[in-house]
Amino acid sequence: MSSKSRAGSLAGTSVGFVVILVWCLLPVAWIISLSFKSAAETGAGSPHFLPQDATLDNYKTILGFGTLSDGSTPDPTVSDAFLRALLNSFGVALIATALSVVFATLAAYAIARLEFRGKRLVLSLALAIAMFPVVSLVGPLFDMWRTFHLFNTWPGLIIPYMTFTLPLAIWTLSAFFREIPWEMEQAAQVDGATSWQAFRKVIVPLAAPGVFTAAILTFFFAWNEFVLAISLTSTTSSRTVPAQMSFFVGADPFNPPYGQLATASVVVTVPIIVIVLLFQRKIVAGLTSGAVKG
Amino acid sequence: MTTTAQAPVGAPVPAKKAVASDRSSAENKLGIRLVAPAVVVMLLVTAWPMIQALYLSLFRYRLTTPDEKEFVGIGNYATVLGDGLFWKDTVNTVIIMVVTVAVELVIGFVFAMVMHKVIFARGAIRTSILIPYGIITVVSAFAWQFTFSLNNGWVNSWFSWLPWISDNTNWFGDHWPAMFAIMVSEIWKTTPFMSLLLLAGLSQVSEDMLEAAQVDGATWWQRLFKVILPNMRAAIMVAVLFRALDAFRIFDNIFVMTRGAQDTESSSFLTYRQVIEQFQLGLGSALSVLLFLTVLLLAFLIVKLFRVDLAQARGEG
Amino acid sequence: MASITINHLVKKYGDGFPAVNDVSIDIADGEFMILVGPSGCGKSTLLRMIVGLEDITSGDLKIGDRRVNDLAPRDRNLAMVFQNYALYPHLTVYENIAFPLRLAKMDNAEVDRLVKDAASTLELEEHLQRKPGNLSGGQRQRVAMGRAIVRQADAFLFDEPLSNLDAKLRGQMRTEIARLQKRLGITTVYVTHDQTEAMTLGDRVAVLKRGVLQQLATPRELYENPGNLFVAGFIGSPPMNFLPAEVSGNQVKLPFGTVELPDSSRLARAADRGLLIAGIRPEHFEDATIAGKSGSGSTFRATVDVVEWLGNETYAYLPFEAPPEVAAQLQQLEKDLDGEAMRTQLVINLDGASRITEGSEAEIWIDASKMHLFDPSTGENLTVDHDNAGEIPGAVATV
Repeated sequence: MSSKSRAGSLAGTSVGFVVILVWCLLPVAWIISLSFKSAAETGAGSPHFLPQDATLDNYKTILGFGTLSDGSTPDPTVSDAFLRALLNSFGVALIATALSVVFATLAAYAIARLEFRGKRLVLSLALAIAMFPVVSLVGPLFDMWRTFHLFNTWPGLIIPYMTFTLPLAIWTLSAFFREIPWEMEQAAQVDGATSWQAFRKVIVPLAAPGVFTAAILTFFFAWNEFVLAISLTSTTSSRTVPAQMSFFVGADPFNPPYGQLATASVVVTVPIIVIVLLFQRKIVAGLTSGAVKG
Repeated sequence: MTTTAQAPVGAPVPAKKAVASDRSSAENKLGIRLVAPAVVVMLLVTAWPMIQALYLSLFRYRLTTPDEKEFVGIGNYATVLGDGLFWKDTVNTVIIMVVTVAVELVIGFVFAMVMHKVIFARGAIRTSILIPYGIITVVSAFAWQFTFSLNNGWVNSWFSWLPWISDNTNWFGDHWPAMFAIMVSEIWKTTPFMSLLLLAGLSQVSEDMLEAAQVDGATWWQRLFKVILPNMRAAIMVAVLFRALDAFRIFDNIFVMTRGAQDTESSSFLTYRQVIEQFQLGLGSALSVLLFLTVLLLAFLIVKLFRVDLAQARGEG
Repeated sequence: MASITINHLVKKYGDGFPAVNDVSIDIADGEFMILVGPSGCGKSTLLRMIVGLEDITSGDLKIGDRRVNDLAPRDRNLAMVFQNYALYPHLTVYENIAFPLRLAKMDNAEVDRLVKDAASTLELEEHLQRKPGNLSGGQRQRVAMGRAIVRQADAFLFDEPLSNLDAKLRGQMRTEIARLQKRLGITTVYVTHDQTEAMTLGDRVAVLKRGVLQQLATPRELYENPGNLFVAGFIGSPPMNFLPAEVSGNQVKLPFGTVELPDSSRLARAADRGLLIAGIRPEHFEDATIAGKSGSGSTFRATVDVVEWLGNETYAYLPFEAPPEVAAQLQQLEKDLDGEAMRTQLVINLDGASRITEGSEAEIWIDASKMHLFDPSTGENLTVDHDNAGEIPGAVATV
């Protein structure tokens, strides 16, 4: 390769690098910018990217603290509904994740490690459910949940979330478990460990990163879910953030509260960004290991 | 056996053989016991309601008037299949699926190539590509709705130099611009997933092979089409399969951005509207069943047409 | 420390295939025993049965005086080095070596002393705080050995420990293992498919083929008195030459000419059996012009196909035609030895001073007294010296 084309390829890569950054971050920057625009500014029409007169009013309204720039206190119904939705989102997503990962770990261990009849069947079932159109279940679940008094409750969301994340968790975990050098377990036994010690001292530390990754992916799914969240809930007592946001119209139905919606968007995106920043390597490994051996 | 050292082989001891099969049957039992909870949960929450839907779809059943529940056989299916709205929504959904997957495949591949080549700031690029993946679809939909907004968006002012865009272009006022906005949001949010899958496939194409092709006189394009892409086939097909089925279920973006206005409704949205907004459980269930069958057919077609081998893609050869 | 007694051990898998078939070996206290054979011969299975990772289908296994058939691996007090080392990736080198001691709930000071001891024996002191992932192949190998020697185990078991190392390192580690074993004087069972390791390390070597013990003897005995065609072909590099042969009196007719055996008593069992297979090692040939050898030996003339001159020695290749019975048997043998279908050619090892050139006819001297004759249908060595051949299970006893 000549030095000229090498320089060309480096320039191309650098341009590509910038394009990717802009592609990924521009919309995020846009909602952050919007979240600092005042209601007056968006109401009058503000095609500018950056706020003309940045204000924290939207954050104060959504999170319910301080006094607004016009001296009034923020409307508590807005912040109460949003904070309640945030709590619902966290509770539902965390519990669904924990349950899903426990079930998936058992199943993935069996799939990666044991020979049993119906192994392929389990994997096929998981795959089928991963592709399942969730909307198809909205009708029957709506009907059943009302019968079982699960409608508009946390368990009413946790159960389907756990189910729909199981395939992803099983696939990711079984791909991870396949890579564990299980010879270790035998080595530990020769070294004098009981089966339990071999499991706890050798296998658990090796399997933990995979389980953790599966948990992150599962959490993302539950945090993001929308169809069931709007169909199986009816009040703020169990609505998650995406559902709450989609029903939030603000005071004036003809003038959507851009700034407040953008602020809510920023707030629910913060946990995602924190997780991504901390665990980006694991997430990429988990995303690709389930589908393609990376 | 041809050597003298044929040691006398004792007659097989049946009792001992049973020990070996005991062990494998114990393994069999343990395996089934470990997968049982997951399988039971998955069946209870998907298979059982699906059967329920199949049953309900045979009735005229409106939740607001439950006493008028009446068996109508395949009447609901006839109603649905004879209705233009169903077909219009199906066409919308297919258009969204084909366009988004095709565009994502191209952009995703370019991104994957860049990420494969980049030798600096790998962490930064990985972080930023994961943000659209991790962000809530509803948030993405709002972000793009505001972007295309008539009064508050920046698209009109930034791109007004294009002949068909002016300061007062109303993106959500007409069918195709609205579809365009919906697809942009969908593509933005899911391209990272595509590009990460393709990157994993790309990293499995060996450098040696590319160098060999270069020595054999292949140009850059020939290397791409004759060496790189054929060797990534499995990864590409898996990415297409997952994304196509995902795109076919599009709902969140449409719900937030247009609520189905300007004929932008998708199959999922139609089903949701019938069940939750109009309480037409019978008709809605028929739609659910049809949607399920369509996805099944789609999965089957993609797997057969493109010969996707998931086991191979997972490296289980 | 203890002896290991393997008594009629059988391992059958679910499909009834015996991976280990009626193998009996007595390993003396402090002995270095090698289990060798081509892949799939059951050597690793046998080792894993000894350590307790595979169930024993039938037969007895004793360590010292204790029958251990049904004991769990941790109750057998054996230390094992795995082929891929099986180092715990999440633990430091120090904790890897300390692992068995921690399991035995030994107090910290004692652990520290033993680990430091083992580390100094293996020159691992400066790596103790590193993780296995950051070590070179040879260092990982030494950590695996450290984990074995740190305990007061009754015996060491090695499962092809050097097969993942490059050639140079393999040589060094081989010497290292030999030195360590001699110093500790601990009973050792070592599985390998590499015959150099088998010959250099072992006090005795057990050759296995398809689960069956072929011969159990010292390296020298195996080399000089192989019990059958398989052992003869397996031990030695380049391998023994096999030629079609017919015996009449003390004359043996080979494709290149007839040679005479000085000691006709060795031929007693080979006489009048029709077509046999003669086995002659490459070094028992010489360029007749520089041989200067006396005593037994005949010469023949043949055309040399290829010559490889290595300085100190020369290899020459002489093709010959083999009758179909012999060719079929030799092909089967190649298959048993994991080799490629061999062309029938004689490989001879000549002095480096030899001036034989490719394509020319040369006069070759042959040391017929070192020749072995094998039964082509059973592979049995008809000229074996039973007093110097160790144990050959299944061989027809001769008086």
